[in-house]
Amino acid sequence: MKILTCPLNGPRNIAEFTYGGQVKPMPSPTEATDQEWAHYVFYGDNHIGVVREWWMHTPSSYWFIVERHNQTDEVIRTFDPAELFDAGASPATEPTGADS
Amino acid sequence: MPFSLLKFGLNKDFPFEQIADLPSPTDLKSHYDVVIIGGGGHGVATAYYLAKYHGITNIAVLEKAYLGGGNTARNTAVIRSNYLTSAGVRFYTESVKLYERLSNEFDFNIMYSQRGQLTLAHTDATVRAFRQRAEVNKHFGGRTELIDRQAVGELVPSLNLNPAGMPILAGLWHLDGATARHDAVAWGYAKGATQRGVELHQLTEVTGVDIEAGRVTGVQTNRGKVSCGCVVQAVSGLSADVSRMAGFHLPIVAYPLQAMVTQPVKPFLDPHVSSSALHCYVHQTSRGEIVIGGGSDPYPLYGTRSTLELKEGLIASAVEMFPFMSEMRLMRQWAGITDMTSDYSPIMGLSPVENYYLDAGWGTWGFKATPICGVTMAELVASGGKVPDLIAPFSLDRFDAFRQVNEMGATAASH
Repeated sequence: MKILTCPLNGPRNIAEFTYGGQVKPMPSPTEATDQEWAHYVFYGDNHIGVVREWWMHTPSSYWFIVERHNQTDEVIRTFDPAELFDAGASPATEPTGADS
Repeated sequence: MPFSLLKFGLNKDFPFEQIADLPSPTDLKSHYDVVIIGGGGHGVATAYYLAKYHGITNIAVLEKAYLGGGNTARNTAVIRSNYLTSAGVRFYTESVKLYERLSNEFDFNIMYSQRGQLTLAHTDATVRAFRQRAEVNKHFGGRTELIDRQAVGELVPSLNLNPAGMPILAGLWHLDGATARHDAVAWGYAKGATQRGVELHQLTEVTGVDIEAGRVTGVQTNRGKVSCGCVVQAVSGLSADVSRMAGFHLPIVAYPLQAMVTQPVKPFLDPHVSSSALHCYVHQTSRGEIVIGGGSDPYPLYGTRSTLELKEGLIASAVEMFPFMSEMRLMRQWAGITDMTSDYSPIMGLSPVENYYLDAGWGTWGFKATPICGVTMAELVASGGKVPDLIAPFSLDRFDAFRQVNEMGATAASH
């Protein structure tokens, strides 16, 4: 059994978690061209090495971020997304003029 | 042993060279017209048809490990064409037709065995989808029909008709469903290709791709540099990683796919039996082993490790379908790496680099497409980049244009 440490619930069986995709910057939905949007939706970085991913602890619906090596399956660290939000570099919600 | 056979074996002139399937390794030449990255089924099939139909023989197939040792050896050897979309069914139906005559073509037995494939429906929605798949399949020349619960029971008497509290309502009975020995497919193509002058270089890893003004000029390998007229990339599992060497990204995420076989038992199961609701499919090999396969892992990994969770889930479903299998022992288990695209269809044809051709995104459906991939990729290369109609829907630019070919419901393995 592989254990993943949830920042909220502590170490849990990885079967309790749902993978949510790579963390990548979202272009502005109102200003991006169709091609930019398609690249955001379908394309990823694809490199072999440490990647940053969204994961959810399914029973508590808590989303967080995992840094994991995608060949050795080694989890480097897990953390609250607020760490990225607070730094003003939110991957999912780049503030846009239209939204504010 | 007949005396003449003994004499033949002890003869000093024992003709090794004539008997060996593959020629001995040679040095790399400095230039090839075509370099194929990846010595799996798809790569050697492309080389074979280039040599056979198009007279192009100055070809190097570069394989980092050994012939057919990657995902060609790690699939569960299911051949079928009962997909959902017109593009998919047309393409896979051609592949099934090529498989049917492949042993004759090679003069080498690939142990092709057409025993049919039965997919189970547990909900009304699945029955409706099956009706559509049966009609699309018949339209393109496949043999597929919808059969009711009673017929399912008669076809596979050992099947539990009420597995996991989900009664079987109907089945999609695909008479063209088959299996073949996957190693033999790769060997047959490799033998045919090398006899026609193609060079297969094993233990030759491509480490870089040279690009000048948007064109490939050569590749770097662990055995030196070669220049080339064009490149075909056929490295499923590592497609996205290899394409980065050529300077572009692919809309592919790599997931492990796990499977296993039990100890051999007496024959009891003729067709392949698959249930998408139970995320599991089962068939018996000609040696008597039961092959159990299912969906890809729940999260991406460029690795072939196995997990207890996925094995437990697969076994639970297999035992629901065939309860007496709980008495059987597992003999082997393994995993491959699958290139998953978001629409469960491959990516074939042109790439952002002018003379760099793609055969990628083979997820969990690559083995069954091996012959037709060889034919169409050879046509693409020989014509200098004119995309054959059969693979036009699978172009890389379909993602930018939101023209996906959705086969998610028909892959049976990954949902």
